[in-house]
Amino acid sequence: MTNNDNIITVKNLVKKFGHFVANDHLTFEVRKGEIFGFLGANGAGKTTAIRILCGLSYPTSGEVKVAGFDIYSQRDQIKRNIGYMSQKFSLYDDLTVYENIRFYAGIYGLSRKEIESRAGSLMKRLNLEDAKDKLIRDIPQGWKQKLAFSVAIIHDPKIVFLDEPTGGVDPITRRQFWNLIYEAARDGITVFVTTHYMDEAEYCDRVTIMVDGKIAALDTPPVLKKKYDAANMNEVFLKLARVKVEA
Amino acid sequence: MRTVLFIIQKEFIQVFRNRMMMPIIFVVPIIQLLILVHAATFEMKNIRFAVIDLDMSTTSRKMVGKFQGSPFFLLAHTSFSDKEAETEMKKGTVDMILHIPYGFEKKLVKENAAGVQVVINAINGASAGLINAYTMMIIMDFNREILVDWLSPVMLSSTKNIRISPSYWYNPKLNYKTYMVPGILVLLVTIIGLLLSGMNIVREKEIGTIEQINVTPIRKVQFIAGKLLPFWIIALFELAFGLTIGKLLFNIPIIGNLWLIFLSAGVYLFVILGFGLLVSTMTNTQQQSMLVSFFFMVIFILMSGLFTSIESMPVWAQNLDRVNPIAYFIRIMRMVMLKGSGFHDIRNSFFPLVAYAVIIISFAIRRYRKVS
Repeated sequence: MTNNDNIITVKNLVKKFGHFVANDHLTFEVRKGEIFGFLGANGAGKTTAIRILCGLSYPTSGEVKVAGFDIYSQRDQIKRNIGYMSQKFSLYDDLTVYENIRFYAGIYGLSRKEIESRAGSLMKRLNLEDAKDKLIRDIPQGWKQKLAFSVAIIHDPKIVFLDEPTGGVDPITRRQFWNLIYEAARDGITVFVTTHYMDEAEYCDRVTIMVDGKIAALDTPPVLKKKYDAANMNEVFLKLARVKVEA
Repeated sequence: MRTVLFIIQKEFIQVFRNRMMMPIIFVVPIIQLLILVHAATFEMKNIRFAVIDLDMSTTSRKMVGKFQGSPFFLLAHTSFSDKEAETEMKKGTVDMILHIPYGFEKKLVKENAAGVQVVINAINGASAGLINAYTMMIIMDFNREILVDWLSPVMLSSTKNIRISPSYWYNPKLNYKTYMVPGILVLLVTIIGLLLSGMNIVREKEIGTIEQINVTPIRKVQFIAGKLLPFWIIALFELAFGLTIGKLLFNIPIIGNLWLIFLSAGVYLFVILGFGLLVSTMTNTQQQSMLVSFFFMVIFILMSGLFTSIESMPVWAQNLDRVNPIAYFIRIMRMVMLKGSGFHDIRNSFFPLVAYAVIIISFAIRRYRKVS
């Protein structure tokens, strides 16, 4: 059963590292155009799952479809349709803002003309026009993160995967970053974002909370708060995690 | 193809933005050629020696004078005691002791034969052999001189002699530099190529950008090609630069075809760069990659025939050298530069390199994994 509105379908996804089970039978769907939050403590298996969805890592077992393509046999098609921003910083320190944009746009196969126009509008949107020829190592962390996000969607993907994109960033920059995410979602890009900041969960259309490699809850933030009788997502998370600890 | 160009462009920007690169590219070859070519020589001059002349005769003094007159020997110590001379040898101030026994001249006159003793420091076997050869040469020379002095010309002419007149081909002046420069040039491009490529992919792993590339639809071949070509161009430029310096500073002969040199270098560099990239894909940090590259580089260089000839190695080592790309390329360089060998002459070294390049690059492409 594949719903046409689902852009990612995951059934019984398992990933083991030796005896350690990082992802324990995950099953979920992501709808086209939504901002899908993937929440959990450090080591809950968020990054493992996102790396599998991006085609960076093989699942041990399970069925995964991204943008309508099979994760085992249609990796190349998947890669043309997704963007990815890792928690590890992914721009080149020794290249300028413009050179980074040109490089990534180039290896996605954009034409020179497209590269010029997209680089221009991207730098304008981020107010980075004056920093065009500055090296990445010389610009502030917050700018880097916003730039990394914009570079990750330079080729207009259907889905963008963000792995803890706001790690180590001040609250104002985080707010600005989320504005960028909303903008991308408005342009029709499905956003799959992992985070351990529970306040960010409130910004998502739906969230999954992972505890110890399993999905503990999946719904919209209002429903989850009601269900667990919590004032905010932080309480929801603590309740879920505590159940696990006590069990 | 366009994708490859974007990678090449990026690599060039990164290489030349690195402040260490310019000195490495331009200063290293000059220093290597200037220092190594002069330092790595087998010629021995000024061998310091001690004399124990117990005879104190005209003949014995003449003999010592003969040694002193030679450019190879330098009298560093004279004594009448074996002990003293031995102490000097132990201290390392002399490498040879010439012992002329009491009654040397008398014996020579009376019995037409007399002996001297030569003690040589043979810690380094090769140089001991040389010292021995030089000593023999001088004593034989001396021997002929006393024959001329003591015998009548008639008798001298009746002594039968086989005269050897060697003619040295390809390096008529036996210039050691001529022999060393091609090999040093090989070292140069090897070190530059291996270090640049060996550190490269692993560096992207360390900073995390490799993930960002792996989520793009880029093909493995495109990626490896984009990584290979910039260093290939830099290393070939390096060779051209080194050849120019060799020509200008050492006036080394380049008898063979320059294009053949660069054709072979091009193939050889694919082997070296492929090797570097292979190491780079298999390691996780730049340190690991450096260690592995160095390990192989040192073995390959020591066994390459640069300093010691491969023909004098044991058979198993010679067999091992069949997988040593440096050995092939040094052979090619010496043959083409010094002998003017053509393609036909070097084909037995050339084709193995081609095969090597194909194998190692396909291996590197295979080993580079986009998915873990």
